[in-house]
Amino acid sequence: MELLAHLGLGFSTAFTPENLLYCLAGVFLGTLIGVLPGLGPTATIAMLLPLTFTLPPVASLIMLAGIYYGSQYGGSTTSILINVPGEAASVVTALDGYQMARQGRAGVALTTAAVGSFFAGSVATLLIALFAPPLADLALKFGPADYFSLMVLGLIASVVLAQGSLLHAIGMVVLGLLLGLIGTDINSGVQRFTFGIPQLTDGIGFVVIAMGMFGLAEILRNLEQQHGQSTEVTRVSSLMPSREDWKRMVGPILRGTAIGSALGILPGSGSILGAFAAYSLEKKISKNSAEFGKGAIEGVAAPESANNAGAQTSFIPLLTLGVPPNPVMALMVGAMIIQGIQPGPSVIVEQPALFWGIIASMWIGNLFLIILNLPMIGIWVRIASIPYKYLYPAIIVFCSVGVFSLKNSEFDIYLMALFGVLGYLLSKLGCEPAPMLLAFILGPMMEEYLRRALLLSRGDPMVFLRRPISATLLILGVLAVIAVSYPALFKKRGEVFRDRDK
Amino acid sequence: MILTPAIKNARDLWAGILYAGIGVSALIFSRDYEMGSALRMGPAYLPTLLGGLLVLIGAVSLGRSLIRPGARISGFQIKGLVLVTAATLLFGILVRGAGLAIALPLLVIMSSAASRYFRWGYSLVMAAGLTLFCILVFLKGLGVPLPILGSWFSG
Repeated sequence: MELLAHLGLGFSTAFTPENLLYCLAGVFLGTLIGVLPGLGPTATIAMLLPLTFTLPPVASLIMLAGIYYGSQYGGSTTSILINVPGEAASVVTALDGYQMARQGRAGVALTTAAVGSFFAGSVATLLIALFAPPLADLALKFGPADYFSLMVLGLIASVVLAQGSLLHAIGMVVLGLLLGLIGTDINSGVQRFTFGIPQLTDGIGFVVIAMGMFGLAEILRNLEQQHGQSTEVTRVSSLMPSREDWKRMVGPILRGTAIGSALGILPGSGSILGAFAAYSLEKKISKNSAEFGKGAIEGVAAPESANNAGAQTSFIPLLTLGVPPNPVMALMVGAMIIQGIQPGPSVIVEQPALFWGIIASMWIGNLFLIILNLPMIGIWVRIASIPYKYLYPAIIVFCSVGVFSLKNSEFDIYLMALFGVLGYLLSKLGCEPAPMLLAFILGPMMEEYLRRALLLSRGDPMVFLRRPISATLLILGVLAVIAVSYPALFKKRGEVFRDRDK
Repeated sequence: MILTPAIKNARDLWAGILYAGIGVSALIFSRDYEMGSALRMGPAYLPTLLGGLLVLIGAVSLGRSLIRPGARISGFQIKGLVLVTAATLLFGILVRGAGLAIALPLLVIMSSAASRYFRWGYSLVMAAGLTLFCILVFLKGLGVPLPILGSWFSG
């Protein structure tokens, strides 16, 4: 079996003491930021990026990946114990998880989340191992027109999946595309929108925008609703679910894993949408649907499986096509490029040890997470109750010093502050930053592929419909738009997000 | 309020103004670049297209703000916005000249003053602790070329 040989290579790469240590460090940091409210994976990975420059490529990517899926895990712990979701994807877990905790079943809820996450993580690892190679093969057949259409589909998906107004999501995408054009045009050498500022010649750094719009803007939002945070911590009793509990969680875990894996690949959502969709589905089909919101174990098992599966399968488009499906993956692209690796279909052939090493490390990381989380729950809960007033000045410090150290330029600090203000204003207007960031990343690539495609077709735009891959991708995009404009489905989209606001 | 009652959705209104403003500026600045054709796109081709699209989206948003009612814009936390932004900018201005030992404690104290639970005591302790931490990790550990005491003191 080729798969076994590949996984063997992966595990032998990941099982060096050094890489195991970085994997552990990654999931530990991930759990930490998952536990800490107001600090998400995008801002954290942006802050930690400078720290990984000195590491070897495999170690740095293993650690960054660990931070991402580890954060999904940590977020659930605080959702259950103190009703404070440390991380956006864990918002749904809090609905039933905290109720279970109040009924004295906190331990059972934590075990359910852990088992669901571990199962989903293992399945997702296997899915990546199975589907990444054929997808990478397919990607080698992609021409410029196909890549362009793929990115169009990605942006459409991020618009469709964004919460709030569709119009604003589209506006943010166009704004992101425009921001991405700042800098030197590679074809003509013309400086676009640089206003004679030399630091803009190479364009705006993605990390600068990510830290501003996800780091600083988030702090500004949190300062509004800061409260004294006298959180009551539930005591954790027995961790062992009863036989009845086990029976009830099997179905939701399986369905949650499937939904999470599928939605994780879609651009723009990552793990969040999967968790919401899985919860809604269980609520509809479960025999115990009356119990939902009052401590149903299904309401913990399904979203926890889904968010962990989604966090991992969102690596598939990155590793096979070189196209990041969400801001965290875009930061991974940055990390890979800094390490001298061009993300895309060739990674799997040229750097098999790196590719399979990362995949194997995900499974090992999931194992670490179980070991790390269940026995150490007391510590995480204490960390989660650190008041925000101590936390956010430290975040601002790490963002400021971190953003400077990328290019040793204080100009980037000013830009970050500017994007912090912009992000805060946009959130006030109900505009979500995630589609903008994705468009910002994809913008320059799209322009390049668009130019090349039209050059090859002698300026004939029909090339996008004549190539089968490109046409298929565009039709999928049109279908997505129709699906979301169709009133009945549109209402459902609203419902999913209304649960989130509770 | 200056806004007439005809405006039903302030969010859509301001977002529309923002889109249209940025779109128009993109269109104006793009006129300095060469347009080219679909076959050989010049540097102005895509910015013009996107700028036009953004103006259109802005117009739709403005139009919608007159028709469809929406949520109000919730209150701004001006103190936090000003303090955090000013602290960050000041850090950028001071960091080379005055050095980390001065710029960083200032950043910590100014930004923690944005909280309504601000007390001098913990803020000073944090300023000292974070400065020491950053000097050890970023300067000594990662070799970021920042001075502990800046050029203003070496003269």
